[in-house]
Amino acid sequence: MPGAFEGETVTRRRLMGLTVHTAGGITAAAFTLPALGFALGPLFSREPFDWQPIGQPSDFPNNTYTTKVITIVQGIGSAGKTIAYVRARNPSIDTEHEDQYNHFIALSSRCMHLGCPVRFVAAAQRFICPCHGGVYDFRGMVSGGPPVRPLDRFYTRVRNGLVEIGPRYSVNSELQRFSPRDPGEPLDGIGQYLYPKRFSTSVLPKD
Amino acid sequence: MPKLPAPPLPKVLLPKPKRPGDNGNGAVDPVEAGITVVDWVDERMGLSPGIRWMLFRKVPRGINWAYTLGSATMFAFLSQAVTGVFLAMYYRPDANGGAYESIRYITDDAFLGQFVRGMHKWGASVMIILIFLHMGRVFFFGAYKYPRELTWIIGVVLLILTLAMGFTGYLLPFDQRSYWATIVGVNINGTGPFIGPYLSDFLRAGPEFGATTLSRFYAIHMLLIPGAIAALIGAHLYLITKLGISAPPWIKVEEEPGVAEKAEV
Repeated sequence: MPGAFEGETVTRRRLMGLTVHTAGGITAAAFTLPALGFALGPLFSREPFDWQPIGQPSDFPNNTYTTKVITIVQGIGSAGKTIAYVRARNPSIDTEHEDQYNHFIALSSRCMHLGCPVRFVAAAQRFICPCHGGVYDFRGMVSGGPPVRPLDRFYTRVRNGLVEIGPRYSVNSELQRFSPRDPGEPLDGIGQYLYPKRFSTSVLPKD
Repeated sequence: MPKLPAPPLPKVLLPKPKRPGDNGNGAVDPVEAGITVVDWVDERMGLSPGIRWMLFRKVPRGINWAYTLGSATMFAFLSQAVTGVFLAMYYRPDANGGAYESIRYITDDAFLGQFVRGMHKWGASVMIILIFLHMGRVFFFGAYKYPRELTWIIGVVLLILTLAMGFTGYLLPFDQRSYWATIVGVNINGTGPFIGPYLSDFLRAGPEFGATTLSRFYAIHMLLIPGAIAALIGAHLYLITKLGISAPPWIKVEEEPGVAEKAEV
């Protein structure tokens, strides 16, 4: 389109067009971007946690599990609760490195196939998942079925004579600790790179 | 000898033209006169050519009842939309027991509540079945081929959105089955490499099933996806009308007599 005078590259009509499109784009971005950020916000806000006392050290023998209901999400009643299976550490079977967070072993009841609740069957000394037949041994290692990694665990500690339960963490088949992953995400070999850690999970404060 | 035209009469001497709808006895036929409400609206909006274009189009010979599956799916969607709007008048997306209680109220106490909820619940399955039958018809009749590829692609997106409606709607009654099915579904979606964990964080609004997961599913179920489905159905229908529907594969092309000769000339 020729300009109004010789050598004009941007005509007035084109300038007006560009201005209107830019203004429209800025207006649309002004409500779309905050709304998108609002919807994506929870991905980047770290979940707080607190240590929950669950009983005396003598409540938890080392040859069977005690069932404890703990709260993982506040304010939504029973939908925010989950079951932890707790026992004292037994040096004859628990070969992983001992530190201040695993004097008591607390296993999550979340099946590592797709997240159904497992139950501990004392007669079989196994954890069994009702959904797709996942089976875990006494230490929570996979002994059969579709689960891709051992049962998740919770940090535990002893404070003021009480056993307290903290945030969840995931383990691979060598019981190395990883930040909590969702069920169905393997952590052995390439799995730990395919399923990176998230920004939203609770972290243990360095104390 | 050529006849010359009569000289023009002055305006006042011309006979008055008959007014539309005037049937001679002083009364006016409103349909003939074009003064009905429909005419009034159409005179201003000019939609009737478009409606005629959409509804009175030519269809190929040999079409059968299988061609109604798309419309059937659309009416299933309309039924879901209407019943869903009215269910939303009673439903409360409150994860702390309120959602389950409001569903219990709809089912047990609200007048016709069980019926409307039943329509929505069973209609969901009907819609899924119909959309698959419709897709099967299009596939086996080869109706996805040129020039109807874009219609097919939009249809695939509609299928995915319909399945997403089923997934998000399943949580809303918030009973044991809903809760655990959603846990499993979100975790399946989390097994996608690299992006899966973040996608499930987005769906749950956090690392665990939390206080806003239910309202998030509710918003996706009743606002986000229905809007997208309605818009895409519009595009789907436009393409169907624009391109015409395809003949069944067993109908052979019959050349009109004379066409071939004309082409040779």
